[in-house]
Amino acid sequence: METIIQGKAYVLGRNIDTDQIIPAEHLVYSLSDPEEVKLYGKYALSGVPPEQGGLPQGNIPFVNEGSFRSEFTIIVAGPNFGCGSSREHAPFSLQVAGAKAIIAESYARIFYRNCVDGGFVIPYETADTLTEAVRTGDELKIDIEANTVTNLTTGVTWQLNPLGDVFNIVRAGGIFAYARQENLMAGTEPHE
Amino acid sequence: MAQTITQKILSRAANRKFVDAGENVWLNVDILLTHDVCGPPTFDIFRQEFGPDAKVWDPEKVVVLPDHYIFTANEHAHRNIDLLREFAARQGLPNYYDVGTDRYKGVCHVALAEEGFNIPGTVLFGTDSHTCTSGAFGMFGTGIGNTDAAFILGTGKLWEKVPESMKFTFEGEMPEYLSAKDLILQILGDIGTDGATYRAMEFDGEAVYSLPVEERMTLTNMAIEAGGMNGIIAADAVTEAYVKAHSSKPYEIFHSDPDAPYHSIRRYNVKEMEPVVAQPHSPDNRATVRSVQGTKITKSYIGSCTGGKLTDFMLAAKILKGRQAAVPTNIVPATVKVARDLEIETYEGVTLKKIFEDAGCSIALPSCAACLGGPADTVGRSVDYDVVVSTTNRNFPGRMGSKKAGVYLASPLTAAASAVTGKLTDPRDFL
Repeated sequence: METIIQGKAYVLGRNIDTDQIIPAEHLVYSLSDPEEVKLYGKYALSGVPPEQGGLPQGNIPFVNEGSFRSEFTIIVAGPNFGCGSSREHAPFSLQVAGAKAIIAESYARIFYRNCVDGGFVIPYETADTLTEAVRTGDELKIDIEANTVTNLTTGVTWQLNPLGDVFNIVRAGGIFAYARQENLMAGTEPHE
Repeated sequence: MAQTITQKILSRAANRKFVDAGENVWLNVDILLTHDVCGPPTFDIFRQEFGPDAKVWDPEKVVVLPDHYIFTANEHAHRNIDLLREFAARQGLPNYYDVGTDRYKGVCHVALAEEGFNIPGTVLFGTDSHTCTSGAFGMFGTGIGNTDAAFILGTGKLWEKVPESMKFTFEGEMPEYLSAKDLILQILGDIGTDGATYRAMEFDGEAVYSLPVEERMTLTNMAIEAGGMNGIIAADAVTEAYVKAHSSKPYEIFHSDPDAPYHSIRRYNVKEMEPVVAQPHSPDNRATVRSVQGTKITKSYIGSCTGGKLTDFMLAAKILKGRQAAVPTNIVPATVKVARDLEIETYEGVTLKKIFEDAGCSIALPSCAACLGGPADTVGRSVDYDVVVSTTNRNFPGRMGSKKAGVYLASPLTAAASAVTGKLTDPRDFL
């Protein structure tokens, strides 16, 4: 896996639920057909009320009208990111749009598991309130080994909370890769 | 070592005598539930990871209940049902409840109970966040994503972090103007939408045990709205009677040890509580109905896994009998069984169905319907600046359709009273 994640930040508030990440009406598209998959990128974070997207200014869409990819790589948010439904389409849509990591103050359990076990985006937590120190569009750099994030626009560096047990699953690329690596799926190998 | 009921059930599923809060354990899964939104992608991952000819670990333990997007012209939604049907046929799944046949049931969490899949002491995972509903049967139930579900499909196992438990005790005799919905909205207002993240929410006390199983399901159903991993109520004679009437499977009843460790314990006296709502746009934005009384509404909605059970309609009928709804009011029975019961069960000698029809309500076919918005042609979907009073479970922006709409989550009594006046109304005005 890469050791550095660098790109533009997209800043959101607290309690961003899965209906805001990918509204329920879009859950009908295939997650395996490449053409339909692009639609998950197109509608990623489309349920966020416009004035609450791209803080502190607001009214900055995550994905521009007519586009399938976002110019933002790292999402910065307050507490309880991903609360609400169990839809794995949520972290999937963020990945399809081009996001690689989220830095939030905390996560809802199912969303967090989905990020890790599906290998979609890395869900980092931080004790600091980054939403007040990062502006949408700032250039951020996450150092995965050092477990830090630096705002290259302002020069400030923060420590990220350790990923703990789940770092092994993140590093493997998801629960299946991890389980094979740890020989937890003996007797259930894929049929060639 | 003393354990909570949740620890004991997870110990059993991990083949251990004791599991400690915070440790990650591998669990043997008793039932895996999925539906039309998350089933197809789960099956895709299963085939990708285990091979095109792989068989699920135990066909008897996979329950597939399509319920989300059923009565819609949306072609993608139809395709999802086709994908479920094809997978069920190829895998020989006996517990697939096909749309358009007399096997169709409706909302999965209510149908699981009706079809006898909720068994005390067992472990249920489901690709739906409200899988915690089944905890009302003294079992462990929690929601997961498609990848985790595909892992279970192939192996019958999943890792989980053993949760700390929070205890909520409701003392006193339930007043007629309160329902379980008021109790859980009270808790949500107290602890917030992340107040129980990664924890178990255990409910007990005289008021809880006076409730029928369906009302207890309303409590455990909304554990996820506090971020809870699971909600749980130890089984008693009421639970046992329900389980025996719906299943012949063996079950094991667990109780928390008296000295079990808790993250926190909260006590309530229901006699001191009032009807409450969750105001837009969060389930923890609690207010007493009295404090927002008079707020104009454009719609009332009574349905979903939270508020579309027979007991919910019994409560609504008490207020709607002999009265007229002043705003469009949707009655959406959770399941086919509930819909049938509306034609049979009576209040003061009149069937519930007749009461609702006479009140001018529209009765929809059983499914999740507008609880989560759904495709554009979904019954009851909010539009523009709708102000909805609803017995459902979430009111985040856009949840019931329109991003501009506001949703007040309420008990069936409050939703019915507000339907009659066209304004948020405390049910005590009619009782």
